[in-house]
Amino acid sequence: MLWQLFKIELFKIFKRPRTFIAFGAIAVIVVLIQFALKVNGKDFVELFLDSQEDIFDVPYEKIMNGYFVCVAVLHTILIHVPLLVALIAGDMLSGEANAGTLRLLAGRPVSRTQIVLAKFFASSVYVLLLLIWMAMLALFLSMLIFGTNDLVVFKEDAIHVMNQDDVLWRFIAAFVFAALALTMIAAMAIMFSAFAENSIGPIVATVCIVVVFTIIEQLRVPVFKETIIPYSFTSHMLGWKGFFYVVTDADGNTIDGSVENPSALVRSALILLGYIVLFLFITIRYFKKKEILS
Amino acid sequence: MANYLYIAVLFLMGVDLPRGHDINETLRKVKEKYDKVDDYTATGKLKTNILFIKAPVATVKVYYKKPDRLRIKNEKGVSLIPKGTVNINPNNVLTLKDYESFDGGIEKVNGKDCRVIKIFPLDDKNDISRATLYIDETEMLVMRSVITSKENGTYELVLTYGSQKDWALPDKVNFTFNTKEFKLPKGISIDYDNGTAKDSKKEKDKKGKIEISYSSYVINKGVADSNFD
Amino acid sequence: MPAIIEVNNLCKTFGEVSAVNDVSFLVNSGEVYGFLGQNGAGKSTTIRMLLTLIRPDSGSIKIFGLDLKQKRIEILRRVGAIIEKPDLYKYLTALENLRIFGTISGVKLSSKDLMSRLEYVGLAERANSKVRTYSQGMKQRLGIAVALVNNPELIILDEPTNGLDPQGIADIRNLIIHLSHEEKKTVFISSHLLSEMELIADSLLIIDSGKKIVEGRLAELISPEKSVVELITVDKAATLNYMMSSPWKENIKEIADDKLILEMKKSRIPDLNKELVNHNIAVISIRPVHSLENFFLSKTQ
Repeated sequence: MLWQLFKIELFKIFKRPRTFIAFGAIAVIVVLIQFALKVNGKDFVELFLDSQEDIFDVPYEKIMNGYFVCVAVLHTILIHVPLLVALIAGDMLSGEANAGTLRLLAGRPVSRTQIVLAKFFASSVYVLLLLIWMAMLALFLSMLIFGTNDLVVFKEDAIHVMNQDDVLWRFIAAFVFAALALTMIAAMAIMFSAFAENSIGPIVATVCIVVVFTIIEQLRVPVFKETIIPYSFTSHMLGWKGFFYVVTDADGNTIDGSVENPSALVRSALILLGYIVLFLFITIRYFKKKEILS
Repeated sequence: MANYLYIAVLFLMGVDLPRGHDINETLRKVKEKYDKVDDYTATGKLKTNILFIKAPVATVKVYYKKPDRLRIKNEKGVSLIPKGTVNINPNNVLTLKDYESFDGGIEKVNGKDCRVIKIFPLDDKNDISRATLYIDETEMLVMRSVITSKENGTYELVLTYGSQKDWALPDKVNFTFNTKEFKLPKGISIDYDNGTAKDSKKEKDKKGKIEISYSSYVINKGVADSNFD
Repeated sequence: MPAIIEVNNLCKTFGEVSAVNDVSFLVNSGEVYGFLGQNGAGKSTTIRMLLTLIRPDSGSIKIFGLDLKQKRIEILRRVGAIIEKPDLYKYLTALENLRIFGTISGVKLSSKDLMSRLEYVGLAERANSKVRTYSQGMKQRLGIAVALVNNPELIILDEPTNGLDPQGIADIRNLIIHLSHEEKKTVFISSHLLSEMELIADSLLIIDSGKKIVEGRLAELISPEKSVVELITVDKAATLNYMMSSPWKENIKEIADDKLILEMKKSRIPDLNKELVNHNIAVISIRPVHSLENFFLSKTQ
């Protein structure tokens, strides 16, 4: 029955116009960023390399390639894409409560656990499809428009340059990690959705939490660094970027195929998985006992 | 009489007498050797050893045209090439017109005794404000140079020669230069904290290094001006 | 007849409000069971407990002889229900809604089978229209189709005639009678339309303020000995005069402004009519009023 329910939930997701709004929004965001970088790419790179222009010859056109643009787009995963995920996932249970269909669903011979799991799995597939769509636009379309070259990624205190032959697998890994991060957002939104009778609350709550924790993380206040940040899922959501930090040998040359501190990435992935399990556990536990009065 | 005695004592002590060494003659001979090359193209492997730049070994093309045009290009990839590398060819110093030179004695470079010649250009308009050349007088090759330029600060070149030494073209050049701290404002880069500790020892080192290993020299076959754009 | 639904001492409180207070009842197989009560009496709460949407504070529910807590899924596979107005997926078509709820109920139906379900409720022509374009009556009929999609043995209907026109109400009535008499299904139905319930219910329960007021067979509760008859004549004074001096005096229940309300056997109406005519009293109207309505009001007021 779980498989049947999952198929039904997926069917319902893709029958709703708002789902396609999300795909459209991604397309608009990506194309806007591509347009801005095509017109003003040099200024964007100068933002990062301004301090080094006296010392180095900076090959702006080469840096502004399809891979660089894709990394720029991936930063939208932090705030913008979670909103689009919350738009669907936050509506999963509360939307049905509001529409009155929850009582029809829950009064059928299916367990509440199955209902929650089916909705979660369907949301996860939605997240995956959203990311595949994003990959097609952000990566492949950028490669077409901007061409390909070595990838330059900026850290606060370092510049990482990767051979163009050593880049694609990193993007695959980054997108897979991003899928995990956004699935966690979906799980959180579904959890809020279980507590509410309409969708606005869960969607807003999800986005607010992401924004607040992102701000806490960026402020770098020492007391937060010891207490909140290590466990904040927003810090771990950025793990996709870790695939673009390369290791150097003793001479300072990067090693193809390497990633800085892979155990940190594994830890982040496990923490995100842990959050998914926690949110699902809370949702199922609450929803099983919930009195359906709508 | 006393003078001759003095010299005889010194000779017996094995002290090098100031023979009245002509450093300008050395410079002339070195220049003559370097002048044999009008232009060259070479393929090089560029290694970057700068604290804040993590880059792969790049295959670069080096273009040179007498007297002072030199360009290093990574044609296929991205390399941040220091601006001062335009002076990788010692000819920039050797082609100076008005200068004062001083003998700095002998120092070892890569195990070879080298004559140290300090050069001070007299023309204020010249980009180079001072230069120190370490010359292997047996081969008439510049083994090391420390150059202070107004535009690019102070940088050091160490050259290793091999198959092309007759042309005064190195097999390897190590180029050390001053760097500026690279630090982005908070919130611009949005980093993932992977717990990688900073090397505090290295942080104090404000020097960057690049190494170019040359191969496939094509000498005096002509180089198009467009390669220097 | 075996009991299909067995409810014992059911209680449910929301905060300080006792929505259902020690309610027990028995629904037998194949009967139409009327569940009556005013707004807020506890009908919907009870129905939601039957469908496990709400957990009772205490009491037990058995359906098909199985404990609802232990055998929920097995039981619900054999049940079809509408609770209040049937809210379906508005962005899907009728066919899609039916297919979804059929699948969830454990039946795999072909498009042909689904279309026949829609024909049954008169919606075949609008099968591929989105539900948001449906009128209230059409939604109600679709809700009934959804309740019947898995061919349930027990059908629970909460206000199934809401929003329907008189023809629609008659259609539902005929459908319920068909389901009960022809297909031998058990129908548990709550409704405000007492006149309709009087026509279709075999048994009924009246609930008020969460408490059971009365339960029993309709035929036994609404005694044919005590039908209420309304008499309207041209000359009320003369009518009253005659009746007070005749054995009909015992049957006068109420004297209203324009009519007399009598309590008597329905079968004696022709006799009364004949005697009034014989005494030159012109009769405008003599008819039985709804017994159930009176019975209900007498129990709940």
